Amino acid sequence: MAPLLEISGLKAYYGATEALHGLSFTLAQGGITTLLGANGAGKTTTLRAISGLVRREGSIVFDGRPIERMATEDITRLGVAHVPEGRGTFVGLSVEENLKIASYGRRDKSGVKRDLDLVFTYFPRLKERIAQQAGTLSGGEQQMLAISRALMLGPRLMLLDEPSFGLAPLIVQEIFHIMRRINEEAGVSMLLVEQNAALALNLAENAYVLETGTVVMSGPSAELKNDEGIRKSYLGY
Amino acid sequence: MTAITSTVPAAADGARNLTRTLLVGFLVLAAALPFLVGKSGFISNFTFLQLSLMIVYAIAVLGLNLLTGFNGQISLGHGAFFAVGAYTAAILIEQFGVNYWLTLPAAAILCFVIGYLFGLPALRLEGHYLALATFGLAIAVPQMLKYKHLEPLTNGVMGINLLKPDAPFGLPLSGDQWMYLVVLIVAVGMFWMARNLLNSRPGRAMVAIRDHTLAAGTMGIDTSRYKATVFGISALYVGIAGALHAIIFEFVSPDSFRFELSIAILVGAVVGGVASLPGAVIGGVFVQFIEKYADAMTKKLTQAIHLPLELQPWTLYGITLIVLIYVMPGGIAGGLAALWARLRRPPQGG
Amino acid sequence: MEQLIQQIASGLASGAIYALVALALVMIFTATDHLNFAQGEMAMFSTYICWQLIQWGFPFWPALGFTILFSFLLGVAIERVILRPLHNASVLSIVVVFIGLLAIFHSLAGGIWSHTIKNFPSPFPTVTFAGSGYIGSHQIGMIVVSLLMLFALFAFFRFTPLGLAMRAAAQNPVSARLVGVKVDWMLALGWGLAAAVGAVAGAMVAPVVYLEPNMMASILLYGFAGALVGGISNPAGAVFGGFMVGVLENLVAYFGNLTEKTFGIYIVGNGEKLTVALIIVITILTLKPAGLFGRTTVKRV
Repeated sequence: MAPLLEISGLKAYYGATEALHGLSFTLAQGGITTLLGANGAGKTTTLRAISGLVRREGSIVFDGRPIERMATEDITRLGVAHVPEGRGTFVGLSVEENLKIASYGRRDKSGVKRDLDLVFTYFPRLKERIAQQAGTLSGGEQQMLAISRALMLGPRLMLLDEPSFGLAPLIVQEIFHIMRRINEEAGVSMLLVEQNAALALNLAENAYVLETGTVVMSGPSAELKNDEGIRKSYLGY
Repeated sequence: MTAITSTVPAAADGARNLTRTLLVGFLVLAAALPFLVGKSGFISNFTFLQLSLMIVYAIAVLGLNLLTGFNGQISLGHGAFFAVGAYTAAILIEQFGVNYWLTLPAAAILCFVIGYLFGLPALRLEGHYLALATFGLAIAVPQMLKYKHLEPLTNGVMGINLLKPDAPFGLPLSGDQWMYLVVLIVAVGMFWMARNLLNSRPGRAMVAIRDHTLAAGTMGIDTSRYKATVFGISALYVGIAGALHAIIFEFVSPDSFRFELSIAILVGAVVGGVASLPGAVIGGVFVQFIEKYADAMTKKLTQAIHLPLELQPWTLYGITLIVLIYVMPGGIAGGLAALWARLRRPPQGG
Repeated sequence: MEQLIQQIASGLASGAIYALVALALVMIFTATDHLNFAQGEMAMFSTYICWQLIQWGFPFWPALGFTILFSFLLGVAIERVILRPLHNASVLSIVVVFIGLLAIFHSLAGGIWSHTIKNFPSPFPTVTFAGSGYIGSHQIGMIVVSLLMLFALFAFFRFTPLGLAMRAAAQNPVSARLVGVKVDWMLALGWGLAAAVGAVAGAMVAPVVYLEPNMMASILLYGFAGALVGGISNPAGAVFGGFMVGVLENLVAYFGNLTEKTFGIYIVGNGEKLTVALIIVITILTLKPAGLFGRTTVKRV
């Protein structure tokens, strides 16, 4: 099967500074892949480059279509849902509006309805808070909302940037559990950036390790977990 | 924005001396001009008046440059300080018979105080908000000048007529020629002071505040006091320009100082280059040039391209402003500096 | 007492206009963080268009409808053509461009239609009713039209997908793009809507202040004052602020007259209204920069 996402020679820039130096990797259909790396390795930048939030060069092919020249809005509509760092909540909008806004671009009204039901089965708490201003939600709830918003786009690929950041372990567990369900039940592939490498390797089948803007190692999560270097640098034992 | 203090390589030292010599030579020539021409009428009194006005506007633009270009505060209301300076001079001369020379420090002090006081609350404001507060000032000032209780002083809507002083010591100069000389001397003094200010410690602090307000604060610069003071100094410059304007123009009225004046000063600053002393001169020339010729120019232009409507000077102002922001954000002075740098750079440089 | 009620009523009428202008300013501000100094002149220019159409024989309301459409397109065009390329420019550059626009519209209006003051017809019939002694029918009409406009805008932003998309784009542009909102176009639409609202404000106020190129300068300042009173990032607050400034302005004049009559001391009158507006602006900017109902935003360094 052709890969869902194929990236080669990806460079990204902040102003004149090159942050990614020719990154290449592929993502299989239907799986969960994680990017590991220290702070500043370029994990977040990679996600931002895929969705066109930073200036980039190189080739990004999503589902057979080159997207490296497309605008963020159009990439989103192709089915790439980016759950940004810091959750990107529309704090002044209600929870309902936060979800609604993501579904406006979709034509399949029945699909929208199905996904909304799905969101509420995954995160019943959001249904309780449907009329509440999103800014008043707790951090965990905002993360759930961010994932739900991405789900409402009807995506084929989710880019998740640090979904565990700043959350209590129990909440993180709950969210990661739901992420696996979304992957299995809704068939959404995922590219996960995560500071907590152990968590990420447990969820993902494959992993890439980034160092200062290039891939230095890759393989199935199970293998990487046992790699001594990875254990020392990222898992801490 | 151009840096004001830079380490000058040895090779450029000669160039700098040359520039200085040229500048001094030019100033001496400019000062000698009225004496050389004398009463021959070779250069009319009217032309001297025009030249004086250019220099006056250059001082005003310099004042705005200090604030906007070097300290990063935006003012759309400097016409207000121009008005205060002009009225101070007019009232002191007409009502109290004060010598015109003495009106200059009076206008300077008054404008500094008003500017400082206006700057105090305004210094909490940044960017658009400061622009807004000063925008309001510019719109409100003509009204304030008509305020009933000030009428005994300001003469209300009628304004005040003055008489231009004659040349002293029996100098063989007309009033316009003499005032041209006065304006020139004052301007040289004002520019010299501005240059020294910018090269001093407080001057560098000013620029630091423009570039990194918070960082400057953490470095122990009292940013709020600095900003208010710079606002005061800026107002002082514009106030002196206003006083000179009143004396050479021999008339002040509330309607001479409408919002248009504030815009003219801003346009001059932007056209010349906000962070440049020579830019202020270019700006002053531009303001006076536009004031005098824009009407004729726009009329010609209207005819030349067969426009169905009558173009007005302000249209040119507006278009000039917008185009400059696109093509030469550093103004003419900034543009010339960039061009010069490119010419001097070795061909392989990059 | 009767006079006082009269003053408050006419304050509400002019307040309605300030509210519209304030709303137009807030719309652009929330989307772009810029205060549009050319807003007033754009509205004035639109009003001239409306006047011209009426001169050509169009009835008032169709003329106004066309003017609104024209202004909307003009606003969109200005954002797309002039401001878009300056997306990352400094505040000074943006302010200068706004002043440039102000100058262009001002002088174009003067050039096309001359600076002489023109009468602008009121679309409202003169009728006598119970409160006629206190308020004229045009003033009632101004208030009603402004309120209708405000409700229409409220409904648009609250209940339509496009309105929601615009609010989302204003609040969090990056997130909005990530859910497929074309943020660039939302900004342009915001400009278009603001210009359309300004056109209505202009056409409503022109019968009162008469049509001339300077007619909006002071109204814009009051609009700013209103927007600041209510909170420049809060549409409802801005509307309230607009009404408040309108009433306040008239009360100042009223009490000014009163003190003059009773004590023979002149303090303020009609001539000082603008100064009062300026003082309001500066006081609020100084004491409560976020306005009475605004949220304070934390600036990131």
